[in-house]
Amino acid sequence: MSSTAILANGRVLRYSFHERLVHWLAGLSYLYLLLTGLAFWSPWLFWLAVILGGGTASRELHPWTGLLFFIAVLLMYRIWAAQMRETAADRAFWRALPHYVRNEDELVPPAERFNAGQKWLFWGFFWCAIFLLLSGLLLWYPQWIPGNLRVLRYTAVLLHSVAALFTIGLFILHVYMGTAMERGSFHAMVRGDVSAAWARSYHRLWYEELARDAAARK
Amino acid sequence: MSQATLEIRAVSGRAGSVPGAGVRREFEVCKLIDTTTCIGCKACEVACLEWNGLSFSQTAFNNSYQTMPETQWNYWNLIKFNEHEREDGTLQLLMRKDQCMHCEEPGCLIACPADGAIVQYVNGIVDFQQEHCIGCGYCVTGCPFNIPKFSPTARKVFKCTLCVDRVTQGLEPACIKSCPTGCLHFGTKSEMKALAETRARQLRENSGFESAGVYDPPGVNGTHVIYVLHDAGNPELYGGLPKDPHVSWAVSFWKKPLKWIGNIAMIGGLLGVCAHYLRFGPKTPPEEQMPAGGASHPSAGEPGSKP
Repeated sequence: MSSTAILANGRVLRYSFHERLVHWLAGLSYLYLLLTGLAFWSPWLFWLAVILGGGTASRELHPWTGLLFFIAVLLMYRIWAAQMRETAADRAFWRALPHYVRNEDELVPPAERFNAGQKWLFWGFFWCAIFLLLSGLLLWYPQWIPGNLRVLRYTAVLLHSVAALFTIGLFILHVYMGTAMERGSFHAMVRGDVSAAWARSYHRLWYEELARDAAARK
Repeated sequence: MSQATLEIRAVSGRAGSVPGAGVRREFEVCKLIDTTTCIGCKACEVACLEWNGLSFSQTAFNNSYQTMPETQWNYWNLIKFNEHEREDGTLQLLMRKDQCMHCEEPGCLIACPADGAIVQYVNGIVDFQQEHCIGCGYCVTGCPFNIPKFSPTARKVFKCTLCVDRVTQGLEPACIKSCPTGCLHFGTKSEMKALAETRARQLRENSGFESAGVYDPPGVNGTHVIYVLHDAGNPELYGGLPKDPHVSWAVSFWKKPLKWIGNIAMIGGLLGVCAHYLRFGPKTPPEEQMPAGGASHPSAGEPGSKP
């Protein structure tokens, strides 16, 4: 985890500039995909496409933005996949999930740089992004699919909707936890740093490793 | 029939009856295509291009008389040819004019997400309004007859309009006007259905086509283009006319139950996180409770420490 370290002022660098850049590339492209996608999803939300430049523009840009989002997801995979593998700490975390939900953090076992929920979010977005890409390519030009292979068209609309709904669920949880629920997280994803207390409270295993590294370097 | 929208149904402050009420026979229009008298001259193909101002397209030869493999965004009317070898070894050249079927239950309209891009008139015509079309192609997925076609230049989808501009002026569609054999008919749905049944009976009883019949598929609640076929049991022989067309369950499921499940899940998710915040509030980093000097083990009772 060379990208993170304890800073000279005692605070902890949680996300490098590169990580934040990739995260917000994914975040902003996802937001556009979400709003235009919801416009195509329900007539009651079609006004979203109207304020975003019209239905035609939304239809034109949605797939291109989708490619951008997928590239961002691939970059996130490259940065984080190795740290997202499930470990014994995660299994302990899941068992203590009710405590985590009730903010009884003293009863939650120590987590690594990413806790089990964050790993779950990462893999959820990763697999949904793959399904969205595959079905989205078919939806981009449905007329290129011959009429006798129209089952592919049907599969694409269902798969795209279901995968998108899964990501919306993850997105609601992610935004809520990253802003309202876990104070300090949003700042970490914008400026990169967290307090030592934050790191110790929520990601103790990671913090202890950083502290060992720092001690070894002295 | 043609000016159905101007038919007065009710009048305010009027003593007595509504003028004109109940005078018209029927609103619903229908095109009847008798494949048994089609000679494959393609006059209808040309008339369609002429009336609708469409440019002529490149033809694609594939060992048959057919102009191209399937209809295009600017070629809405195509006669499909099939050299069918019957069981007794004789050859039958089947010709079927392919175009939008103007379904009573239109899959294109069900699938379309754009406000006002596809309308269905009371007379049964299903019409695309390109100024509202966003070019998404959902109609391509929704249609059980593979009719709507995307224009790469206009970025919109086009198809046969049943010459709605002619029909509203009391004229028959251009293809009907051009047909030299009279295999194309235009009128009200009930008239055309009766004519088709009469012709099918004639074919069965007098011409030796024992399985002749009318194609008006119930899977889409009937169509406003109907066929007389020599062999109504095998519509696929006629250039791939589907035997039992219906709006795919995938499209129906996507547009109705999945939409409701998704909407409830999304709203539920939003309400859920709001309720969580009201009940449990935020997790606050225990910054202010840190002992001075930053001890490596927090004191007991501090949030984040183990009991």
